[in-house]
Amino acid sequence: MAAVATCGTGAGSTGSVVAAGSKNHVTSFQRRGPRASGSDSSYSRLVSIAGTRPSVRNGQLLVSTGLPALDQLLGGGLAVGTVLLIEEDKYNIYSSLLFKYFLAEGIINGHTLLVASAKEDPADILQELPAPLLDDNFKKDFDEEACNHKTAESNIKMKIAWRYQLLPKMEAGPVSSSRFGHYYDASKKMPQELIEASKWHGFFFPEKSSSTLNIEPCSLTHGYIKLLQFIQNIIYEEGFDGSNPQKKQKNILRIGIQNLGSPLWGDDICCTENGNSHSLTKFLYVLRGLLRTSLSACMITMPTHLIQNKAIISRVTNLSDTVVGLESFIGSERETNPLYKDYHGLIHIRQIPRLNNLIYDVSDVKDLAFKLKRKLFTIEEEKEYTLNDLYKRLHLPPDLSDTVSRSSKQDLAEPSKLLGPGCGVMAGGKKHLDF
Amino acid sequence: DQLLNRPRSLSGPSGKLTLLCDANTDGSFLVHHFLSFYLKANCKVCFVALIQSFSHYNIVGQKLGVSLTVARECGQLVFLEGLKSSVDVFFRAQAEPHPLQFLREANAENLQPLYEFVREALKPVDDGEAAWRCPVLLVDDLSVLLSLGMGAVAVLDFIHYCRATVCWERKGNIVALVHDSGDTEDEENNILLNGLSHQSHLILRAEGLATGFCRDVHGQLRILWRTPSQPTTQRDQSLTYQYKIQDKSVSFFAKGMSPAVL
Repeated sequence: MAAVATCGTGAGSTGSVVAAGSKNHVTSFQRRGPRASGSDSSYSRLVSIAGTRPSVRNGQLLVSTGLPALDQLLGGGLAVGTVLLIEEDKYNIYSSLLFKYFLAEGIINGHTLLVASAKEDPADILQELPAPLLDDNFKKDFDEEACNHKTAESNIKMKIAWRYQLLPKMEAGPVSSSRFGHYYDASKKMPQELIEASKWHGFFFPEKSSSTLNIEPCSLTHGYIKLLQFIQNIIYEEGFDGSNPQKKQKNILRIGIQNLGSPLWGDDICCTENGNSHSLTKFLYVLRGLLRTSLSACMITMPTHLIQNKAIISRVTNLSDTVVGLESFIGSERETNPLYKDYHGLIHIRQIPRLNNLIYDVSDVKDLAFKLKRKLFTIEEEKEYTLNDLYKRLHLPPDLSDTVSRSSKQDLAEPSKLLGPGCGVMAGGKKHLDF
Repeated sequence: DQLLNRPRSLSGPSGKLTLLCDANTDGSFLVHHFLSFYLKANCKVCFVALIQSFSHYNIVGQKLGVSLTVARECGQLVFLEGLKSSVDVFFRAQAEPHPLQFLREANAENLQPLYEFVREALKPVDDGEAAWRCPVLLVDDLSVLLSLGMGAVAVLDFIHYCRATVCWERKGNIVALVHDSGDTEDEENNILLNGLSHQSHLILRAEGLATGFCRDVHGQLRILWRTPSQPTTQRDQSLTYQYKIQDKSVSFFAKGMSPAVL
């Protein structure tokens, strides 16, 4: 701890402190960054954790979320010690896909996984993970795709493409030398041998709920208490928090929790408005405490559209570090809207943490849409259509397209916070069409 | 920092409650400012940090020119790290009452252990050591206490007790951050916010711009000076600035006068 302290108070150094096992037995979440002096050996030890890299902005240790374009939007990746909250889309299609990408990334990088679910057995979830795209295979397909661009895309195979136009430095395909962030083929499964070689812990709530409750009653629901104990146990036993002197852990623990807050966990906030309003928030708080003091990163998917009490959603947002909302077009009016034909849904970056900093990386683009194309998951800025584009797309005579373009441009420009007004505007446009 | 607009003099009347409030944006830069301001001014600070870890505040503090580690070691700063302590409290039964005791209890009535902690931390030291100037209580943030199961009334009581001790008895100051949830119907939060607004001498409200996100202007800061104890016929003074947060400071400018626009 002494070495750490002197480095911390070094003149001019912006606090880049490496946290090795400290005397206080707890590895506090500290920034790791380029340093002139100090224990370079421990710095290089931390940097050498597979699948991590220090952030350009503030030296934070980052892991990939499994989607390189999402990493870009979050300022390079998910910071170790933080919580990424995904607000699920209505039918939990795309959020479970993101969840699987997160876990698959952990397997590829050799991280330890902790999968918690109340709906599916973690072993089954792991069997469903997408296969990583090996570079040469992908390049072949990518060229193929470029040729087939003009032909009609078949709708049978799920296609996910990732292209983020505003960041010119990003290549369109996977970089063969990067060990940070991989691309996955959603149509293929992860090879069995990779899954078996990985280290993972599963928490399947229906199995664990039968055991007795040991701690004093507090306002957390039974499921959350058990999950917290499980996570804390793993962190302590495997030495992710540096407190166990025998175990020097040089790996990241990736925690994935699915459908948190749903009734399957025993929480009733999705059922009634006056449910147990503190259980989930307390859980998140203690979870964040656990994460901050260990080498772990967590992704939680939560069906926020089901939560009846809106105050809880804002509290949950404040208690999470990064919040990303997914809104799919399935079943909504936008599905048949020709302007949204290219996309499968919208992505809202609701919150990005300012860690160790007054400022944060935030992309300028706020209206983002995603689509599933051949092999990758793409996020793009919603396109601004010219009048000609609209005319062609909507097959309208020129005078009507004027009205439609104006109202739909409004729709595009509006930060897509509320589905209601946006659809209202479009519905208004459609009325003109019906005439 | 370029917060020149507020005449702050510690030799002047103390015993102030300053309310920091953020709506649709992140007001934590205000917390960092006050922390570094009071530490530089040689005050004894008790910081109840419930939202982020010690190293986060330390690193930002270093950018602003103070070292929290040094301050903590020499006794100027008493730091309650909520996240770390919550793990200790939650998983292991504590022998003595812990300030975050309410995390273990199903129906915690009040925040008395937390108040005792604050009172103990800001106790005047009699043994003639380096005398710090007025004690300061800084809380980041109070809305979290609502999320953790305390009612708005319990939190208001806590602040009331702290004001009695810190502001009135020891002539110190209190600075607390509360989130304004805006249009989401968080009634408890609104009660807390309104209750504190009426008790505060100074309200700093950071708001996101009504037109949405902008790269050059991060938000708007509204400053309101009040005199809650004396009903006066004077109107409360109020000022509004827009700001942009930079790496080591925050720059303020009058509305519409952002350098990017001019």
